[in-house]
Amino acid sequence: MWKRDEAVRPASGQPTAPQPPAPSIPGTPGPRPDASQHMEKDIVNIGKSVVIKGELNGSEDLTIEGHVEGTIQLRDHVLTIGPNGRIKAQVFAKSVIVLGEVTGNVTASDKVDIRDNGSVDGDIISPRVAIAEGAHFRGSVDMQRKATPAPSQPKTPQATAQPQGQSSTQGSQQPQPVRA
Amino acid sequence: MGLLDRLGPRRSEPEERPGRPTTAAAEDPVFATKALRKFLSSLTAHESPVLLDLGPVVGSNVSFFGEQLGCKIFVEDIFADIDRHVRGGKLEQLPAFLKQRFPQVTNTVDGILCWDLIDYLDKASAAELANELTRVLRPDGALLGFFGTAQAQVQNYTKYIISDEMTLKHRPYPSARGRQATLLNRDIIRLFSGLRVSDSFLLQNNLREILFRKPA
Repeated sequence: MWKRDEAVRPASGQPTAPQPPAPSIPGTPGPRPDASQHMEKDIVNIGKSVVIKGELNGSEDLTIEGHVEGTIQLRDHVLTIGPNGRIKAQVFAKSVIVLGEVTGNVTASDKVDIRDNGSVDGDIISPRVAIAEGAHFRGSVDMQRKATPAPSQPKTPQATAQPQGQSSTQGSQQPQPVRA
Repeated sequence: MGLLDRLGPRRSEPEERPGRPTTAAAEDPVFATKALRKFLSSLTAHESPVLLDLGPVVGSNVSFFGEQLGCKIFVEDIFADIDRHVRGGKLEQLPAFLKQRFPQVTNTVDGILCWDLIDYLDKASAAELANELTRVLRPDGALLGFFGTAQAQVQNYTKYIISDEMTLKHRPYPSARGRQATLLNRDIIRLFSGLRVSDSFLLQNNLREILFRKPA
């Protein structure tokens, strides 16, 4: 019976400190150290209880499940607003995937994807926009202008009411005339 | 995605919510439209046309107008506004609300998709809405409206999904308020007195399509 205590005790004689659980990424099933470290490097997750007010800049993919107010800029990277995410911000990114709620203008240089139960109240500027059945959207969609991920001046609410009828077409999205 | 998700639809869906499809998209009935093609032609006469859609957001419609026609699209779901007023018991405030509803500058919108919205409005609300739509529409701009001709007590709204320039799918979804009126032609023309009727078609499904143009 005493042998059991000796077996638990470390060889050095020092008491064992409780080890923190290994960081786990949702969707990674097993303890694969290499894969886990790689994922940690590329994906950052802002949890449900986190509230951020101000400017959020980054150069890696980001998933937000918490609350963010202000400005989010992810040049050349993917921003995912998770189902619990609540954003009141101007958003600039390469791609934006919305499963939660966004209030504010969204500018993406590649794609905006509003999934089922996702909600956007604001104007979208992106060459590609996908809105799922069951998603909520109120605002305008402009797929013409080439989106700039990090402009110096965010769009003002007054500017959203102004039509862009005189803007010239840029990028690869050219209007295709309808056969009369 | 799990294997079961890929094999077929979920067996236990959560309770039905407004705005959710009641049937799969592949099963949506279709009907031929004659006015849509003319509406699209009027839109593409402008570079980067501005479109105002008064119905619920439909992803494929946004892609159609945004990617294929190069439109800037304003989605203003007036059906949701009606429901909100019904549920809040504030229907008497709807005309005043609609008068202030549209932030667009006067004479700046190239096309308006009104769908069958007018059928679901009381007379005062319809008048305010028509005035506002006439205001924001650019001279020579077009407005496409659908008007029911049968006395059906319809309790659903309808999403119209563009298949192509000649075909529309329609998908009912729950509403808090049924259709209010079946307008005669002269009532419709009087309602949009600031516009002229460019084309009018009576479809086989008893829907009247009217394409209005704002005099230049």
